[in-house]
Amino acid sequence: MIEAQDIRYSYANKVEALKGASLTIKDGEFVAIMGQNGAGKSTLVKHFNGLLKPSQGKVLVDGVETTKSSVAALSRNVGFVFQNPDHQLFSETVEEEIAFALKNFGFKPEVIKERVTWALNLMSLTQYRKTSPFLLSGGERKRVALASVLAWDPSTLILDEPTIGQDHEQKDKLRQFIMQMQTQNKTVVTVTHDVEFVAECNPRVVLMKEGRIVADGVGKEILTDPALLEMSSIVLPQIAQVFMKLAPLGFPKDVIDIYEAKAAILKAKESIRLK
Amino acid sequence: MSVFDGLRFRKVHSPIHNLDPRIKFVYVIAIFVVAIIFYQIIPLLILFLMQIPFVLLARVQRQWLRSLRGAAFLATFIFVVNVATTFFTSGYHFTAPNVENAAAMTLRFVVLIESFSVFFLTTSPDHLGLALEESRVPYEFAFAFTTAVRFVPVLAEEAQTIMDAQKARGLELEKGGLLKRIRNYVPVLIPLIVSAIRRSLELAEAMESRAWGATKKRTNLYALKLHKGDYALVAITVGILIAAVYIRLYVPIPTIASLL
Repeated sequence: MIEAQDIRYSYANKVEALKGASLTIKDGEFVAIMGQNGAGKSTLVKHFNGLLKPSQGKVLVDGVETTKSSVAALSRNVGFVFQNPDHQLFSETVEEEIAFALKNFGFKPEVIKERVTWALNLMSLTQYRKTSPFLLSGGERKRVALASVLAWDPSTLILDEPTIGQDHEQKDKLRQFIMQMQTQNKTVVTVTHDVEFVAECNPRVVLMKEGRIVADGVGKEILTDPALLEMSSIVLPQIAQVFMKLAPLGFPKDVIDIYEAKAAILKAKESIRLK
Repeated sequence: MSVFDGLRFRKVHSPIHNLDPRIKFVYVIAIFVVAIIFYQIIPLLILFLMQIPFVLLARVQRQWLRSLRGAAFLATFIFVVNVATTFFTSGYHFTAPNVENAAAMTLRFVVLIESFSVFFLTTSPDHLGLALEESRVPYEFAFAFTTAVRFVPVLAEEAQTIMDAQKARGLELEKGGLLKRIRNYVPVLIPLIVSAIRRSLELAEAMESRAWGATKKRTNLYALKLHKGDYALVAITVGILIAAVYIRLYVPIPTIASLL
């Protein structure tokens, strides 16, 4: 469980990025943090593994205050995948890249081997085991970065913009993977601008604006509230836009899912035929 | 990164900012030379104090102090090494002139840092490039230089992100002995270098797609012209140099130890 209690944070250049944000994320939850650039999303999630310590307020990870623990110790439970894989890849082979964190955390050599194989398989990277990560494509490098964090099996996973530069197939795989994490009662927190991806996953959505949390609720409710989204400079998901326009004809307004949309349209068609 | 902070330009309008960068550079070099020709503490102290009006006039005192604080570690190191070597070579005892000499060497370093800091704090990278160009430095070199200066803060920020990313993978930079600590930086340096190379290639492509180097003879929107203030600085610089050389050759300089 992650609890942020009224945290404030200012960068060295005196910019106050967080102006009192409170948020509780329970175990096994899937949370998408959204908002325009500079809203404080990344600053907030960097508090969850202790990379940043609040200037005011408290952050508790599993009941432990982050100021009383090190990043390395917190990271054992809270894995953080950065937006740009090029900010962390440095090893000669993909295999060594994934083993890096495991060595830092002091896993035994045979366990490391096992975990590396598992993570490679999970991210469909087995064929690149001995390849240099610098020779891979952008999407593949992103998967290596993800695998290098998943390898130690953290109970919470933070993903900063995981869908950038990924094609549709990879996004779909990512979504399936997050769903799989959910069945294992793992917490997933993602910072993203990709409203369509969020609409497909329908997680809990937290909206941020100017260092504060302005809305927090079920994806389906938040992503179909035009006033709220406009305030955070986010556009409605395309399906929601269509249904918003169809509302005068008696269609429901809160639809963001393709299957739900299909059902609503078929129902309408049925009722026309009956007339 | 505090040393870099002291060298980072901030746009302010002041008499010092508006001076011609070439003249300012000559002034800095003159101070540099004067700092080198004296080894006694009193002239170096005067030299140090002489920069302060410039700093105040340019209103960069806060950044200037920060760069001095950034240099404090190296200054202490120089002082300690100087005191230690004289201590060991002079038969294991401290003498006032020895300590004074060490302080003078340290002060010499501080004067160099402070004058360069004033120069970089009050000269925009664009102005600097312009000055290089007008001093007949080929445009390619002038451009490479200004680009390098401009990318220092970007690289510093990137290094911070990389450190964060590796810390999140359990890297502990401050762990282990000296050798281990140096090795801890490998996972930070490799991504930093790789991304700097990648960025430079991208920059080259972006520049070429915007027709960089299409015309052989470039003209500039802004031209550097000498104003009254620049001539005043030339006079000050020449005055300092003449006075320094005269004092160095003909005036006996007392040490503080002999004055007390």
